[in-house]
Amino acid sequence: MFKNLFLYSLIANFFFTKKIFAAESGGMPQLDPEFWISQIFWLVLTFGVLYIVLSKLILPKISANLELRKSQIQENIEAAEKQRESSEAKLKEFDGIILKSKIEAKNIFKDAREKVIKNINSKKEILDKQIDDEIKKAEVEIDTLRQSASEKISKIAVVTSTEILKKLIGAEVNNSSISAIVDDLVKKNGDKYYGH
Amino acid sequence: MAANPMTQFEVYRIGPEIKVGAFDISFTNASLFMVISSLAILIIFNLGSKKNSILPNKIQLLAELSYSFVSKMISDTAGSKAKPYFSFIFSLFMFVLFCNMFGMIPYTFTVTSHIIVTFILAAFIFIGVTVIGFIKHGFGYLKLFVPSGVPIVLLPLIVVIEIISYLSRPISLSVRLFANMMAGHTMMKVFGGFVVSLGIVGGWLPLSFSVALTGLEILVAFLQAYVFAILTCIYLNDALNLHH
Repeated sequence: MFKNLFLYSLIANFFFTKKIFAAESGGMPQLDPEFWISQIFWLVLTFGVLYIVLSKLILPKISANLELRKSQIQENIEAAEKQRESSEAKLKEFDGIILKSKIEAKNIFKDAREKVIKNINSKKEILDKQIDDEIKKAEVEIDTLRQSASEKISKIAVVTSTEILKKLIGAEVNNSSISAIVDDLVKKNGDKYYGH
Repeated sequence: MAANPMTQFEVYRIGPEIKVGAFDISFTNASLFMVISSLAILIIFNLGSKKNSILPNKIQLLAELSYSFVSKMISDTAGSKAKPYFSFIFSLFMFVLFCNMFGMIPYTFTVTSHIIVTFILAAFIFIGVTVIGFIKHGFGYLKLFVPSGVPIVLLPLIVVIEIISYLSRPISLSVRLFANMMAGHTMMKVFGGFVVSLGIVGGWLPLSFSVALTGLEILVAFLQAYVFAILTCIYLNDALNLHH
């Protein structure tokens, strides 16, 4: 259908233009040489000016811009590459430092522990010695106290017995006989009294 | 009714008649659109090259993309030896493209729809390429007409054909652009005329045709400029790298 329409239009066009051409003198205005010289002149002028301005002023600038951009991008890429390398090296360095410091920290910890343990041990020894000494001293004191205690008790027993007898009998009893009895008792039952 | 599809190609004087000797070089509507196209190219590319930023703005991007497009076209077809002619081919491509594109605006004049304009361009290219060929290769350039590997019996015939084809280059180059432009614009005018004559009832069909044709013609406007430029590159390639 479109094809038909196109054909009709062409035919119509043909008649149409033919009629108009009949009215005009030349037909196609392109073939009328009246303004050929003018067109050639203006074409040469405008195209010449266009060519000269483009080639001398504008195109070198565009070319320079493109070159500049290219080189700048290249430079930036190179700089980025360099920075990446340096940062990688730094990262490695940091890793090394961290590893080193870890080992150092471990050593310091170990040393400190050993020192502390040593310290504790030595102090413990001193303390032990002091305690032992005190215990010994106390034991000695206890021993002397114990030894003196039996005499004191005997004395007390003699005195109390004398007093009791005095109250009971109402007469003076010889001290020496009572102390003899107490001594005798102590010798017999001393173990019971003092827990020996 | 201005329905004559050919009236759009008429050249008329704008302003006074200017005569240099016997020649009439009056400023016409054709001259006007040559000036407009050239000015548009210069303005756009001047703006596009003014400021150089790493991230280009739109007009700079346009200028740089056009630059690399033409640059790639030349290096692809004519090799690195064609570099000195870059400016010329760039100007040529842009001039033809802008003339074609300005012609797509209604009520404008299409400079390239005139055979005299395209023929002068093509003839200049033809003469230029021939001169370059003779400068580069001397009389060895004539080897262009003697293809290698052809049986000796056929050689006279081939040489004649080659010479004819070489000499018809400016004609084919100019007529291709001129005929495409003229035919397209005539057709658009015809369909536009149908829209008016068929009115509100039947005018929709030619209108849709007209719309489609406009798109096609914009494509043709670009394509013909490209073909014109690339054929120039191919001719230049023949002159620079003689490989027949």
